[in-house]
Amino acid sequence: MIQVENLVKKFGEFSAVKDVSFDVQKGEIFAFLGPNGAGKTTTIKMLTTLLNPTSGKITLDGLDPSHHKHAARQRFGIVFQDPSLDGEQTAYENMELHAVLYKVPRKVRSGRIEQLLKLFELWDRRDDYVKTFSGGMKRRLEIARAFLHTPKILFLDEPTLGLDPQTRNQLWTHVKHLNETEQVTVFLTTHYMDEADRVAHRIAIIDHGGIVAQGTSQELKQKTNSESLEGAFLALTGSTIRDEAATSADQMRQVAKMWSNRR
Amino acid sequence: MSAIYILWLRELKRYIRSKAQIAASLGQPLLYLLALGFGFGPVFEKSGSGNYLQFLSPGIISMSILFTSIFSGIAMLWDRQFGFLKETLVAPVPRIQIMIGRTLGGATVAVIQATIVFLACLLVGFRPAHWAMIPLAFLFMMLIALVFASLGTAFGSVLQDMQGFQLIMNFMVLPIYFLSGALYPLTNLNKPMAIVTHLDPLAYGVDALRNILSGIAHFPLTLDLALLSGVAVIFLTLGAWLFSRIQL
Repeated sequence: MIQVENLVKKFGEFSAVKDVSFDVQKGEIFAFLGPNGAGKTTTIKMLTTLLNPTSGKITLDGLDPSHHKHAARQRFGIVFQDPSLDGEQTAYENMELHAVLYKVPRKVRSGRIEQLLKLFELWDRRDDYVKTFSGGMKRRLEIARAFLHTPKILFLDEPTLGLDPQTRNQLWTHVKHLNETEQVTVFLTTHYMDEADRVAHRIAIIDHGGIVAQGTSQELKQKTNSESLEGAFLALTGSTIRDEAATSADQMRQVAKMWSNRR
Repeated sequence: MSAIYILWLRELKRYIRSKAQIAASLGQPLLYLLALGFGFGPVFEKSGSGNYLQFLSPGIISMSILFTSIFSGIAMLWDRQFGFLKETLVAPVPRIQIMIGRTLGGATVAVIQATIVFLACLLVGFRPAHWAMIPLAFLFMMLIALVFASLGTAFGSVLQDMQGFQLIMNFMVLPIYFLSGALYPLTNLNKPMAIVTHLDPLAYGVDALRNILSGIAHFPLTLDLALLSGVAVIFLTLGAWLFSRIQL
């Protein structure tokens, strides 16, 4: 379903992704793990047409996303690291807007929205503004929205960041359920090793822009003689801490937080 | 087409729902209208230039269009930082449609805002020269709104943070406003001032509205129309181009 061959992305002199190759089968849940700044998000951005690769080949469901942008976009759903909902609109309106943008036929639109909002336990709150939602509710809504146009592939970029264990648990249950019932291929990144261990069929570990190991959780543990996936991860990537510089988006978010607390 | 419609509708919903914003954005034009209208009124009349309120009202209407439409474009900054822009940019929709939907939405909001200001002008004593010309005035309001909503989209596409917003406010929006002749006649200005004001696209918008609503003209109406249309095409193209280059 996803084939990546010798993918490279350079920003000036700096190579964010160097020579990455992997294959994800149809219906598989594939986890992409790595420390901060390892190249996870850059890879997802290239897979989802937001960045053009410097070199290498990507195939999504038989399509080259850089040549068939819209056809490729129609085939996947994405949940970004940061929320991408419209807070000034209701949950239902957010779903509707997505349905229009992704050309979900009018006939099935309302039925599909209702089904997904009910599945993610948001139906009762459908007419509330998204800005009044908790972090977990927003995440659920985003995942529900990503499924709306029945994508063949679902990209999840750290979808459980900042959520409590209950919410995380419930989220993955839903994702697994939809993976089984709708045969959606899932490509995810996370910092929670236990999640990857539990939901992913196969795992790739990326560091400094390159894949250092891939296989099932079991294989990775055996390879590194570790008890847990976390142990395997640390054995493969070392224990140095990677600091990321705050972006202008982070700064804006802080300002916004200050303002919204005043209300 | 449906993508353009749904994004246009979103801009409209956002406007109608934020009552505080509507009230706040009416404050400034009303202040200008009342403080300047009644403050400078006596001097203006003594100089033999006629009723200042009749002169000023079309300028204040233009001002509210300028501010509202440019800000609607710059509001994209928030959508960019809080992610909603991404949702639209990864959708299987050509970017030009997204840009047009947003820009038309911003322009529509500006015209609604201008209508409220127009009603406020009537309330304080402004009287249009010919009521039958009101539809023509609305045509020009839409054109002005389109010009500056496109410019707003262009700014919104390149701005990364709020600091840039201040820069645009002080070096673009306010000069466009103060040099447009919204507050004073463009006649008898010294040479440099005359040149600068003639380069300001809003000057032609203000002039057209003043011509239609108050019967006072500096340029021919056909020149206003041609110039505004030309600038609208240029700014729309510029906005679309810059919007298409947004990288996340």
